[in-house]
Amino acid sequence: MHNPALVILVLIPLIGSVAVFSLRQEQAKLAKQLSLAVSLIVVVYTAVVGFAFHTDAHAERFQFRGSWSWIKAFNVHIAVGVDGIALVLVAMSVVLVPAVVLASWNSFDSRSGAEEIVAPGAKQRSVKNYFALLLLLEFFMIGVFTATDVFLFYVFFEAMLVPMYFIIGSFGGPRRQYAAMKFFLYSLVGGLLMLASVIGLYVTTGSRSFAITDLIGKVPDGATQKWLFLGFFIAFAIKAPLVPFHTWLPDAGAEAPAGGAALLVGVLDKVGTFGFLRYCLPLFPGASRYFAPTILILSVIGILYAAFLAIGQRDMKRLVAYTSVAHFGFIGLGIFAFTTQGGTGAVLYMVNHGLSTGALFIVVGLLIARGKSRNVDDYGGAAKVTPILAGLFLLTGLSALALPGMSTFVSEFLVLVGTFTRHKGLAVLATTGIVLAAIYVLYLYQRTFQGRVSEKVAKFRDLNVRETFAVAPLIALIIVLGVYPKPILDVINPAVRATLHDVHQSDPTPDLGTAVGGVR
Amino acid sequence: MTTAHGIQSAAWLLIALPLLSAGVLLVAGRRADKWAHVVGAAVPVVLFGYAVMLFFSVKGEGNREINLHLYSWIPVAGFKVDAGLLIDPLSMVFVLLITGVGSLIHIYAVGYMAHDEGRRRFFGYFNYFIAVMLLLVLANSYLALYVGWEGVGLASYLLISFYYSRNIAATAGNKAFFANRVGDVGLSIAIMIMFAYVGSTSYADVLYGDTQLTKGVATAIGFMLLLGACGKSGQFPLQTWLPDAMEGPTPVSALIHAATMVTAGVYLIARSAPVFDVSQAARTAVVVVGAITLLYGCVCGCGQDDLKRVLAYSTVSQIGYMFLAVGLGPGVYAIGIIHLVGHGFFKAALFLSAGSVMHAMNDRIDMRRFGGLFRVMPITYGVFVCGYLAIIGFPLATGFWTKDKIIEAALDKGGTSGWVLGVVALAGAGLTAFYMTRALVMTFHGERRWEDDVHPHEASRSMTYPMIALGVLSLVGGYLLIFGGGLQHWLTPSVGPSVEEGVHTVSTLVLTAITLVVVALGVLGGWVAFGRKPVPISQPVGVSPVTTAARRNIYADAFNEMVLQRPGQWLSRALVYFDNRGVDGAVTGLAAGFGGGSARLKRTQTGFVRSYALSMLGGTIAVVAVLLAVRFQ
Repeated sequence: MHNPALVILVLIPLIGSVAVFSLRQEQAKLAKQLSLAVSLIVVVYTAVVGFAFHTDAHAERFQFRGSWSWIKAFNVHIAVGVDGIALVLVAMSVVLVPAVVLASWNSFDSRSGAEEIVAPGAKQRSVKNYFALLLLLEFFMIGVFTATDVFLFYVFFEAMLVPMYFIIGSFGGPRRQYAAMKFFLYSLVGGLLMLASVIGLYVTTGSRSFAITDLIGKVPDGATQKWLFLGFFIAFAIKAPLVPFHTWLPDAGAEAPAGGAALLVGVLDKVGTFGFLRYCLPLFPGASRYFAPTILILSVIGILYAAFLAIGQRDMKRLVAYTSVAHFGFIGLGIFAFTTQGGTGAVLYMVNHGLSTGALFIVVGLLIARGKSRNVDDYGGAAKVTPILAGLFLLTGLSALALPGMSTFVSEFLVLVGTFTRHKGLAVLATTGIVLAAIYVLYLYQRTFQGRVSEKVAKFRDLNVRETFAVAPLIALIIVLGVYPKPILDVINPAVRATLHDVHQSDPTPDLGTAVGGVR
Repeated sequence: MTTAHGIQSAAWLLIALPLLSAGVLLVAGRRADKWAHVVGAAVPVVLFGYAVMLFFSVKGEGNREINLHLYSWIPVAGFKVDAGLLIDPLSMVFVLLITGVGSLIHIYAVGYMAHDEGRRRFFGYFNYFIAVMLLLVLANSYLALYVGWEGVGLASYLLISFYYSRNIAATAGNKAFFANRVGDVGLSIAIMIMFAYVGSTSYADVLYGDTQLTKGVATAIGFMLLLGACGKSGQFPLQTWLPDAMEGPTPVSALIHAATMVTAGVYLIARSAPVFDVSQAARTAVVVVGAITLLYGCVCGCGQDDLKRVLAYSTVSQIGYMFLAVGLGPGVYAIGIIHLVGHGFFKAALFLSAGSVMHAMNDRIDMRRFGGLFRVMPITYGVFVCGYLAIIGFPLATGFWTKDKIIEAALDKGGTSGWVLGVVALAGAGLTAFYMTRALVMTFHGERRWEDDVHPHEASRSMTYPMIALGVLSLVGGYLLIFGGGLQHWLTPSVGPSVEEGVHTVSTLVLTAITLVVVALGVLGGWVAFGRKPVPISQPVGVSPVTTAARRNIYADAFNEMVLQRPGQWLSRALVYFDNRGVDGAVTGLAAGFGGGSARLKRTQTGFVRSYALSMLGGTIAVVAVLLAVRFQ
């Protein structure tokens, strides 16, 4: 078990990051080009790995496994491997990085005129450090998804905070310090709870191993399992975030630079929902079933509550952040409905949400870079002046409201239908969320791009080729996966089925016998 | 069901080709401005040609239900949805209607949009509409239909808010999309019920499969489908978006908001005939919705001064007739579809002539500033008259054949409900005659009330030829459809056999006579009220409460604003406040409490970034220490 494929994948961005860090400040252009090249190499490499992944019935659950001893005293290993869930999330993450690199090209370059809002009196920011941090973040992101050792996962989970903390705190908007601190504290609290559970896991299972495959089915049922579950769950629920653990996200999402926000909400938050599937369900099946009703209700509340909040926002980035909270409600619903459709839908939702919300933060950022304001009231009529930006903005918005024909629809419908087969009332309530989604997306579009062109907006410049290429591939991917999602579903499906098997659940069978008023 | 072969296997091109051209026109940018309209208009013509060939190919089959499997779309355990098309008599009727009337309106739009800088964008959206509308009617499962269903909703949104610089147009587009989404909640839930109880969403399994639906499930599905249909077709209680949709360019009103898209609800119900056959309750709901909307549309139509809004309310009410028909259930589905096709002809003719008038009057559409136009616009006038005769049901014109059949079917339902429905349908016919006469007289007759800068003239040939074609269809189309029971027989495989001519509650001859008298009264009323004395150029005040209500769409918008919009806004604002102060405050306060007061928290915040990284490192050391302690205990 020394397959180096994934270790190489993890190391490419790390080496890239070090290389970019070691450049001189004035080599900003080289830093950008190098970062773009590295992130594209990672995409190509991931694609190669992805094509080698087996999806047939007898394929191993974790593939490309590699394991090397790390801390001998506790039997901690640098153990990596991917199942279908981890693979698609890695793929989504690495696709997002070059888009973010392209979108943030001139974001911190005061001469370009394309920089985002800066706090008054902020000093000149280091362009190369930003791109080095992006690559460092990519290293942690790939690491956290590919780790198959719980301790290694925990280390990545915590360490991931650091580059994001600097991205928000050093490159963010006017209230960046506050937002970064809040983000850090919330995550740290969650992380500590998880740490307690990780230790508990090591002690209670008695397996003296942190390998996930050794731990599945080893945690004794009962109160201990519930407490350990809660430690993991709260950490993940903060990260995801589920209502009511969400209040750090609007601040962090709003103050982070657009590219950072795209990765924060698109990828980092996914670690939470990924954690539900990878750790909560398989390790604590009894507790998962015990807490599932509560979590499902919280998820539905989140869908509706956050959607109303999004409708009421004036700050565009806060608005997008709240839409994500609503979307995380859907993901939570799909995971804890314990059906193949719900689970597969939830994983596909994670991928789609990464692409779609990532793109949404990027287009919002491109608009903000032109208007130097996050307030929607400062815009209006921009479609006339910037048709390309308007078109991409609208398409991205449509993907956020899960328009059929786009991949977001496939995942949202799978989640709903998977929930419906078990919990009809909750699924119906969640479905009404699609009306609210239409309202927050189109209302945002109306206030920014439609209506009369104001004097300020009239001076906007449309997207250039680089900016277009930051968003267009993401949209194209969303459309292609909406029309033909089978390849990705085939990758996700076996992993979800294995997870449901861990939690001892199978799909309800369609049956007219149980129907209301069953008169034939 | 047979498998597609030969020319039928290419039916996916009906969707792919317009989708491709839409993509090209929208992405190509300004450099395509010169030729975009040529491509845009050629596409539906080519599709129509293919559709005719496909029609004859289907006609030649013994089994006219042809399945075209394309690929496996969403396979997740028991939930297996294929992308595939169902070419059957019902979908063929729609394909011919959409591509045929669609071609005429596309050609018309070449002239209509000639001076609009957004013409390329317009044709991009218009072709996109053709693609998704064809997907809607050709899909072989409810989930694939849903893709077309929301696709046409998007096309409608884009085209209503086509002149997006005007806030009123942008708002109208949003309103349409929101109302449609409310309906789509219903359609979504219907599909979920299908999967939960039948295990599939394909027509083959849900409608014609081995599992016989129970009454309860059929009722639940039926009500949810009806909600979807109401949203899409502008039926009560989701009707208010359709009149506002007239903010879009007139070809859009003609094709999308009259002839095709808004009738998709009728299609959905007719397609789901086996579901509605099982549930009497669901059928009753459809009939009630149809009857209410029918009268609602007629009454509101009488109070409008904007010619396009008159026609929009008329569409609302005519679709009410179709709902009434398909709700009557087995044997009457085909009659609803026939009226749908006939309505497609004459309403398109009316809208296109209204567009021609609007074009001539510098985009003004207030009938109070029209008058006497028949002299300067004889062709437009002629076409409008054709549509007018068809809609009021003038003997031998289209409506005479198609609408009278619905009145007859309503009466034939029997019992009190049959009489009530028959009288409603009859009253609707009279009111239709009244408001259409009013529109005709105010627009084309009487004295000129034009503003000084207006110099009306007949439109270009690219506009008049399609208008004339539709005018002719309005006159003779109904007879062609009904001739020898042709369309009814054709539709039998899809919606079941039509009721045979038998004993009617009221004999056909007597009923025809009664209907004609009612219509004549309506025409007379309209002429007495508006044709004999000058029309004031501003709306008279101090009118009866009924007129006021009709002008304000019977307070439906006011109701929505009071009951949905404002409370929704308040809720949203209240929650924003709650989330900022309540939830966030509680959590931050708690954190500050742990940290020893908010002052310390503030101090920590102002510290150097580096110190946080150090505390991070400290944390990691603590972790290792704890682990060591555990190890050596």
